[in-house]
Amino acid sequence: MSTTQRAVATTTTWVDDRTGAGKWLKKNLRKVFPDHWSFMLGEIALYSFILCLLTGVYLTLFFNPSMKEVVYNGSYAPLNGIKMTQAYESTLRVSFDVRGGLLVRQVHHWAALLFVAAVSVHMLRVFFTGAFRKPRELNWVIGVGLMTLAILEGFAGYSLPDDLLSGTGLRIAQGIVLAIPLVGSYVSSFLFGGEFPGTDFIPRLYSIHILLIPGILLGMLTAHLLLVWYQKHTQFPGPGRTNKNVVGFPLFPVYVAKAGGFFFIVSGIITLIAAMFTINPIWLYGPYVPDQVTAGSQPDWYIGWLDGAVRVIPNWETVLFGYNISWNILLPALIIPGIMFTLLALYPWIEAKATGDKREHHLLDRPRNAPTRTGLGAMGLTFYVLMWISGGNDLIAQAFSWSINSITWTIRVLLIVLPPLVFVITRRTCLGLQRRDRDKLLHGRETGIIKRMPSGEYLEVHAPVSSATRAKLVASRESDYAPIEAPPAVDANGVKAPKKGRLGVKLSNFYFANRVIPPTDEEIAEGQHHAADDLETVRPSGQITSGH
Amino acid sequence: MSNDSSSELEVAGAHEIEHALRRSDTDPRAAQRAERQVAIMFVGSVLASILFVVAFVSVKSTAVVDLPLIGRIGLQNLTLGVASGLGLFLIGAGAIHWARKLMSDEEIVDERKSFASDDETREAVVESFHTGVEESGVMKRPLIRRTLLAAMALMPIPAIVMLRDLGPLPETKARETLWRKGSRIVTDISYRPIKPEDIPLGGLVAGALPADLKKVEEEEGNLNQRAKAAIILVRMAPDEIRSQQIQDGDFQGILAFSKICTHLGCPIALYEQRTKHLLCPCHQSTFDLADDGNVIFGPSARRLPQLAIEVDKEGYLVAKEGFQEPVGPSFWERG
Repeated sequence: MSTTQRAVATTTTWVDDRTGAGKWLKKNLRKVFPDHWSFMLGEIALYSFILCLLTGVYLTLFFNPSMKEVVYNGSYAPLNGIKMTQAYESTLRVSFDVRGGLLVRQVHHWAALLFVAAVSVHMLRVFFTGAFRKPRELNWVIGVGLMTLAILEGFAGYSLPDDLLSGTGLRIAQGIVLAIPLVGSYVSSFLFGGEFPGTDFIPRLYSIHILLIPGILLGMLTAHLLLVWYQKHTQFPGPGRTNKNVVGFPLFPVYVAKAGGFFFIVSGIITLIAAMFTINPIWLYGPYVPDQVTAGSQPDWYIGWLDGAVRVIPNWETVLFGYNISWNILLPALIIPGIMFTLLALYPWIEAKATGDKREHHLLDRPRNAPTRTGLGAMGLTFYVLMWISGGNDLIAQAFSWSINSITWTIRVLLIVLPPLVFVITRRTCLGLQRRDRDKLLHGRETGIIKRMPSGEYLEVHAPVSSATRAKLVASRESDYAPIEAPPAVDANGVKAPKKGRLGVKLSNFYFANRVIPPTDEEIAEGQHHAADDLETVRPSGQITSGH
Repeated sequence: MSNDSSSELEVAGAHEIEHALRRSDTDPRAAQRAERQVAIMFVGSVLASILFVVAFVSVKSTAVVDLPLIGRIGLQNLTLGVASGLGLFLIGAGAIHWARKLMSDEEIVDERKSFASDDETREAVVESFHTGVEESGVMKRPLIRRTLLAAMALMPIPAIVMLRDLGPLPETKARETLWRKGSRIVTDISYRPIKPEDIPLGGLVAGALPADLKKVEEEEGNLNQRAKAAIILVRMAPDEIRSQQIQDGDFQGILAFSKICTHLGCPIALYEQRTKHLLCPCHQSTFDLADDGNVIFGPSARRLPQLAIEVDKEGYLVAKEGFQEPVGPSFWERG
């Protein structure tokens, strides 16, 4: 035994004697994780969150979350002599008078932007590949919760420095709170400790931003990762990969190096961006004063869709018995996002209702193999992106010298017309791709070799697809499932079918409309036999071999 | 090639996992080269960390550098960021290069075991639960059950009630501003009183406040009154005013409106002199100041409240009375 081996053995024994970790390590040190570039999206989210935590702790050493007014007297000359809150003043101080302070602030902000972006794209990946299906529904719901909290956490952080832009954002948030029926004025008064802006809100938001939300985020994130660990990661179909195994590389050493290394890569790239590109230059905006504003004020990107929804809505308001219901605020800021996030969280159960599929799924779908799901996802994404574009309607108007009214009206129309259209086009495209896959499996791939038949007819020779492609293509059986059959309206005994369950049938018919049934092994064998016949005749010329 | 798997869920299973050898697997020199590359990256990270300390003590915070594509940026932020960024990045790049070139890249297979428990276990759980329920007697003793439920239901009340002292009740504060009869109108930055002749025809005073605001702010130590009292003044030819909320609320074509958007409370400042339209920069609600301050486009549902003005004995603009309707965003009790 070498010295190193002995040292490892001693350490393991010491730890195992006290914790019994040996059994766990034996099982998990060589735990297999599948490899795919899209599995890194969640990792990016995790690493940028860790970076936010680390840089955030540093920032708390300097930031003073107080709305007490002081007169600035510091390194940034243009603001000298100006009255501002201590929150803003201490943000200036960390930006200009602490070496590396600006860098940490910018890393914190860039990492936060990347965090929400990575969470969003990760969520799209999970949606379009069907990774949310049984047994992973709970983790999907945790994910939706994480995304919601990430947006709230980002907005809270953006609001803390009390610069003109963040104060304007808070003013809008307070306006939204005021619109809540019945209790709006009270909630606003309690949150702000009286009227807007008051002097209580930023200190309160600070404890929410640095303790409450990160605490919940951390807890949910731990649960999210534990479930991934315990349920084992999903994998894409491919040679040797089944629903009952997991093919990939061992945790130690490959993923320790890859995932650990990737943490440093993500952190390094964010730091390099923060070194070169200014983000949120609060010193240019000036301190928040409620009667000042800058034109073209924009929130961080992840609030853009909400801001856009608020911009695009018509000015509906109802006054009923002397009370106001501000639909123009409630709908875009609370009701529509509420519905969107609820549908998102419930989607695994909605789809299961439509498919009647109760099996476990560990092999991922290619998006084309779930045409309705992919269509719905594309539809939701279109709706989101249109609202997001609407959030920049003033910038678009300025850049192209278009009328802001026409832009707003165009987006209003598009919001109603485009998503269903995108749904139809996406679903048709998926079905078309599925038919092509089916064709490939049955008749092989086109070889580009033209054969002349004795009758004078010309044919293109098809060759069977490679085994890797075949493994990928036959995996469409995995997601296929027959639509739920409607029970006969009147059964043999003359009893009418119950109304219950009809929704499921309707949903199922919608979900499986124009279903492309994947070929069975027999059908494939028959198709290949046919292709092989073609090849036999060509082979004597030595131009092609099937490889089998 | 065949696939005779009978299970529906194992369709993709029968194929061999393919594995191609890398150059570093077959050629020891390629492997040595990869080893050197990894080491170079780790050494680069060491140098970057040292560079960070050097930059920290030597680069002045005022130094500025002009970079192509990026523009003028602070040298301190740049050097500290590039040094620490490279220090991190190169560790990651080295580790991943190591994993890709030198660690085994042969895929291995783990079986998935169902984590669901067997029926026996599940029955045992249900059984244990029932035993527990039975032993506790919770079903047999409704008095305990109901009083416990009542206690649990009321238990959160103190926590909710305690939130009451977060702030005062809203009362009617949203309907009140500092403006009242005779309040002198001053500019928002220099607090200078304004005479009608200060505003040319077609002109705009983008921010004005009541003269006593400064004193009130110093007493209250907050900006609450400013958030409600800010107004703008515009001057148009009297015959250009098609309609106004308050009869003779203008002074020789000078009109005063609340500056606070009736949508979500942003200060409004983008005035188009030719059309007399005022546009909110936040959500683009557009108000026609020549016509009651009505909304002509955008998400706002309410006109901008007008402040009736006149001049005092010394010839300065003053309010004729307070606002006749609440300024700012709608709220439930507004009516």
